[in-house]
Amino acid sequence: MSEAASDPRTPNDGLRSQVRKVLREPLGVFGLALVALVVLGAVFAGVLSQYDPAGLNPRDRFLPPSTDHLLGTDQLGRDLFSRVLHGGRIALYVALVSTGISLAIGIVLGLIAGYGPRWLDNLMILLFDAIKSFPTVMLALALVTLTGPSLTAVMVVVILVNVPGYARIIRTQTIALKSSEFVTAAQSMGASTTRILRLHILPNVIGPLVILASMDIPVVIAIEAGMSFLGLGVRPPTPSWGSILNDGFANIRETPWIAVAGGLPIIITTLGFTFLGETLRDVFDPRLKGR
Amino acid sequence: MLAYVVKRLGLSVVIVSVAMALLFCMIYLVPGDPASVALGPRASEAMKEALRVRMGLDQPVWVQFWNFYSSAWRGDFGVEVLSERPVIDVVLEQLPYTLALIAGGITWSVGLGIPLGCWAAVKRGSLADRLVGVLSVAVIAIPSFVVAIYALLIFSVSLRWLPAIGAGEPGDLGDQLVHLILPSLAVGLGWVGYIARMVRASMLEVLETSHIRTARAFGLPEPMITYRYALTIAILPTVTLLGVGVGQMLSSAVFAEIVFARPGIGRLVYDAILTRNFPVVSGAVLVTTIFFVLVNLIADLVIGALDPRVRSSF
Repeated sequence: MSEAASDPRTPNDGLRSQVRKVLREPLGVFGLALVALVVLGAVFAGVLSQYDPAGLNPRDRFLPPSTDHLLGTDQLGRDLFSRVLHGGRIALYVALVSTGISLAIGIVLGLIAGYGPRWLDNLMILLFDAIKSFPTVMLALALVTLTGPSLTAVMVVVILVNVPGYARIIRTQTIALKSSEFVTAAQSMGASTTRILRLHILPNVIGPLVILASMDIPVVIAIEAGMSFLGLGVRPPTPSWGSILNDGFANIRETPWIAVAGGLPIIITTLGFTFLGETLRDVFDPRLKGR
Repeated sequence: MLAYVVKRLGLSVVIVSVAMALLFCMIYLVPGDPASVALGPRASEAMKEALRVRMGLDQPVWVQFWNFYSSAWRGDFGVEVLSERPVIDVVLEQLPYTLALIAGGITWSVGLGIPLGCWAAVKRGSLADRLVGVLSVAVIAIPSFVVAIYALLIFSVSLRWLPAIGAGEPGDLGDQLVHLILPSLAVGLGWVGYIARMVRASMLEVLETSHIRTARAFGLPEPMITYRYALTIAILPTVTLLGVGVGQMLSSAVFAEIVFARPGIGRLVYDAILTRNFPVVSGAVLVTTIFFVLVNLIADLVIGALDPRVRSSF
C-alpha cells in the first residue's frame, strides 16, 4: 500500500486501492453506512418527514412512537423524527464549519511556531498548553455566561479546544522538515519564506492532520449536543439533538421515548464517524495508529 | 530527580499563570462585562456603574489584571454577587463531591480497562481481541451525557435498581457509594476504552522484550509471566493517560452532576450561570484548571520517579 501511495506516477491508482482497502474492512463499511445514513437524513430532512420540526401542535403532545410519528412527539407536540433529521443539519454544520476554521487557524499557527524564531515557538507552545489545561466544559460554561447561549459560542469553544492540538502537530512536522535537504535547497535558491511554507512544507504536513481532524468530528458533535443539552447552545425552537435530549431528560419518567430519540442520533453519528475515521487512519497513515 | 521536580513544578506554575491571564483576557474581551451580566438586562445604567466600581471594573485594565492575578494567587477569587461569601469557600465546599465522582470514574475505567486490555493482548488476533478493540472505540466515541441519560433511563427509571437523584444520606457511606455507581459509570465508561487500548498496546510491546523471553525460557507459568512481570511494566503509561483523563472526567462530571442532581462543581457552575453569578463561574474554572494542572504534575512526577528516561529527556 505504501508503495502505491508514495509513487507519484499513479496517484489515482493509489487512492483507488486505498478506498478499496477501506471497503474491505467490515468496521469501515459499517461506519461509512452510519455516516451516510446521518448525512442523507440531514440533507433530505424535508422530504423524509412532512412535519415541521418547530411546528407546535398542542393536541398531539407526548404521543408515543407510532406509524404516524416514528419517534413519537415531545411536550409541545412536535414530531421527534422530523426534529432529529433537522437536528442533524445543525450537528453537521457545526462539525464541518468549526473543524474547517480550526484546521485553517491551526495550520497557520503551527507553521509560524515551527518555522519562526525560537522565542515565538516557546511562547505559542506555552499558550497552547495553557488553553489545553482548561477543562472543556468549564471553558464553555465561562464563555457562555459572558456572551449568552448561541451557535457562535459553541463554535468558538470548538475552535479553542481544537486549534492547540492541530497547531502542535503541524509545528512538530514543520520543525522536522525545516532542516531537510529540499527545504535548504529551496532556501539557497532564494525562495521566499511564504513560498517555502506554501509549496514545500504545507503539502507534506497536511495529510495526517486532515485524518486526525476527521477523527475529531465526533468530539465536535458531542460538544454541540452537550452544550445544547445544557441549554447553552442553539436557541429554541431550532432543533438540536442535545436540546431534544434535554426535553427528554425533563420528562424522563413519563415519556422516555423523547430521551431515546435525542440520544440515538448522537450515538449513531459518533460511532459512525469514529469507526470510519479509525479505518481511514489505519489505511492511509499507519504511523498514526494508537493516537 | 530534584532538578526534574523543580523544572516540572516551575512549568506548572507558568502554565497556571498563563491560564489565569487567558481567563482574564476572555472576561475583558468578550462583549458583556461581569457587572451587567450579574444585574441582568433590565438594570439601570447607574446600578451597573455602582457595581462596576465595587468590582473594580472602573480601573485601568492593567490595574484590574494585577488585582485579579495577585488575589487569585492568594486564593482570593472574589465574592459571590448576592451572598457576598468568598468564592473560594463556595467552590471548595463542592469540590469533594466532584472528586468522589472522578475517583469513581477512575475506579470504573481502571477496574474494567486493565483486565480487558490485558486479556486482548494475551489473546492477540482472536475474536475476543477484535471485540475488545471495537468495544473500546465505541465507548470512547459515545459522549458521557448520553451514557448518563441512558443509564438513568435503564437502571433507575425502568429497572429501578439504583437511585436516580442526589449524593446519598450524609454520613451513610454505603448509601453514598450506591448513589455514586451510575454517575461515575457515566464519567468513567469512555476511559475504559482508552485504558484497554493503551494497556493492550503496551502489553504487546512488553511481551516481546527479552526479559519476558527469559522468564519463558526459565519455564515460569504463563499467568505469572503475564500478570506479575509483563503487566507491572505495561501499566506505566496508564498513569500519564489518567493524568490527562482527569481533565476530561471533570468535564463529564458536570453532566453527570446535572443529570443525577448531585452536588458538585459542575452543578455549582450551572446554577451560577442561571443566576448570573459570574465570580463563582470564573472561580470554579480557575480551581478546576489548577486541579487539572496539579494532577498532570503528579502523574509526570510519578512517571519520572518510576522511569529515569523521562527525567533525562525533560
